Amino acid sequence: MSMQTEPPAAPRVLRYVDALREAVEQEMDRDPDVFLFGLDVDDHRAIQGSTSGLLEKFGAARVFTTPMSEDAMTGVAIGAAMSGMRPIHVHIRNDFTMLAMNQLVNVAAKAHYMYGGKVKVPLVVRSMIGKSWGQGAQHSQALQSMFMHVPGLKVVMPSNAHDAKGCMIAAIRDDNPVIFIEHRLLYPTEAYVPEAPFTVEFGRARICTAGDAVTLVAISNMVMECLRAQELLAQAGIHCEVIDPISLAPLDIDTILASAMRTRRLLVVDNAWTNAGASAEIIARVMEAAGPHAGIAVKRMGFAPTTCPTSPWLEQHFYPNPATIAQAVHAMVNGRDTGWAPDPARARQANQTQFRGPF
Amino acid sequence: MLLPDKSSADDVRRLYQSLRRLRRVEEEVARVYPSDRIKSPVHLSIGQEALAVGVIDVLETADIIAGSYRSHASYLAKGGSLRGMIAEMYGKSTGCAGGKGGSMHLVGPEVNVMGSSAVVATQIPHAVGAALVQKMKGTQNVAVVFFGDGATEEGVFHESLNFAALHKLPVLFVCENNGYAIHTPLDKRWATDRLVERVVTYGMPADKVADGDIFTIRALATERIAAMRRGGGPAFLELHAYRWREHVGPNEDFEAGYRSRDEAEPWMDNDQMARLANMVDPAVRASIDAAIEAEIKDAFDFAENSPPPMPEELYNHVYAN
Repeated sequence: MSMQTEPPAAPRVLRYVDALREAVEQEMDRDPDVFLFGLDVDDHRAIQGSTSGLLEKFGAARVFTTPMSEDAMTGVAIGAAMSGMRPIHVHIRNDFTMLAMNQLVNVAAKAHYMYGGKVKVPLVVRSMIGKSWGQGAQHSQALQSMFMHVPGLKVVMPSNAHDAKGCMIAAIRDDNPVIFIEHRLLYPTEAYVPEAPFTVEFGRARICTAGDAVTLVAISNMVMECLRAQELLAQAGIHCEVIDPISLAPLDIDTILASAMRTRRLLVVDNAWTNAGASAEIIARVMEAAGPHAGIAVKRMGFAPTTCPTSPWLEQHFYPNPATIAQAVHAMVNGRDTGWAPDPARARQANQTQFRGPF
Repeated sequence: MLLPDKSSADDVRRLYQSLRRLRRVEEEVARVYPSDRIKSPVHLSIGQEALAVGVIDVLETADIIAGSYRSHASYLAKGGSLRGMIAEMYGKSTGCAGGKGGSMHLVGPEVNVMGSSAVVATQIPHAVGAALVQKMKGTQNVAVVFFGDGATEEGVFHESLNFAALHKLPVLFVCENNGYAIHTPLDKRWATDRLVERVVTYGMPADKVADGDIFTIRALATERIAAMRRGGGPAFLELHAYRWREHVGPNEDFEAGYRSRDEAEPWMDNDQMARLANMVDPAVRASIDAAIEAEIKDAFDFAENSPPPMPEELYNHVYAN
């Protein structure tokens, strides 16, 4: 007698953008109080596909566009959340959340506290960071440290499709306002993503590669850049521990600290300016916890301290890239800049595929 | 339209009781204030009570209100706990927000006071959001948001009007126009005073009541809210009033120079509380007044005798769950 067995299902590969969509669809299926709104969530482009099919499945009462009005729409979301709903408010570019800062900082973050716990604001604010193809000054910012500064907000920046889905489901189920920042260049990237709903817990960093030379903490898209840098460095025999914090508030400093105590070298690469940024915060917390005798060398990399230019000849120097990250790691390991550079052909190959418009 | 002569004796008695109660509560707040036992800035509604009372009188408990930092009147008129409000102002653990909100952040989910915001106009879209939920859930409830004339200068006011009109949401926008943004008069802020005309262009009915008459206010609110419950969409009321006390604090400020007592006197002569007092049977009035005094004494005693929050409360409620 032979038993008929199904072959084990091959792990499913999904793009980041589809993982976002699937997470929202599954949660809207599960919970009728979840709704999705924001300019163009219901149009034919469907926020680069991240909201496709949701209008058709859930109807215009739960999936709808808005007037621009970021300030009032954020307030409407807060009011709806206070009234028991779980809104997801989408911004096509994160830069526009600056128009919503009063509502996010003065109300969403504070309502639960200043009303003595009588009110909750289960709100997800989805927003996208742009890069390349002339995104420039006002389409390229993450500004996550502004949100991290404020108690009451949670800030997540998943770097891969698996975490995008798990974090989105966790964000929707969270009773607090969650600022969910997505990098546009991550949308086409693929990862193994379970089909069944699952959550990725906030405040737990992921060790992406094990290594002993340098603890390399990377945020959002910079995780991809650091993994490419790691490939370049492996040729030089240097193995970094690449850590993705996934969520910045709450921040899993323990995982980063444990790694830095082992490697004695900590480089934080942020998709933002270093000044008063997430990289400064991570290093400060590690150094405070490690104490004055830990002997941990630290370094930060991030945007050049300028406004993001549109010209590619300027923009290429604005962002850290696999080659510059690899060089920085190499210099840390050697205690000085030896002039080492990765093989130019390999560095070019490692460089991110340029995104082409239109959007 | 419901006119004063169509108001029943019960209506008059109820409105008087509410006006008198709010007035006496805030007079007591002002009296106690110099003792520093109240640990909160106070923005008193003395002189403006008829606006909140006239509108809220037509609401059901399930209806929702949101307000500004000057919300003692609307909070109490909606049924918010007087004990909770005074204890909140004293910074005590028994306050309506556990001592974490103070006078400017009164909240009462049990009577659908969704909150009040100190940043001008910020609360307006919250009421719109609450109204959106009523529409989504198919209830007959409405949301009412109170704000001052200064709030109409904020972008979020206009954004909120547009969205509410677009979606025909059951929300009543109530502008309590007392003529000043802190100390700056309207003529330094508005090129024209045609506020209701501006609002009408967004696609909703808008009315102005310039004489503070509580019966007119109540009648308009009745009509607009009834239409709203039938799915008629939002409406706007510009209700004029005069703030008798300083912008923030317990005192009069006619000596400060930015406004005169002469300007205030017609409003004081037109005091709706005094007007209604004369419409209520003296014996009934005496019993109402006595009950109010007893309630106020109880609330202040409660606040005085309540424990302060424990130090560990500092870290509670930063995040939910």
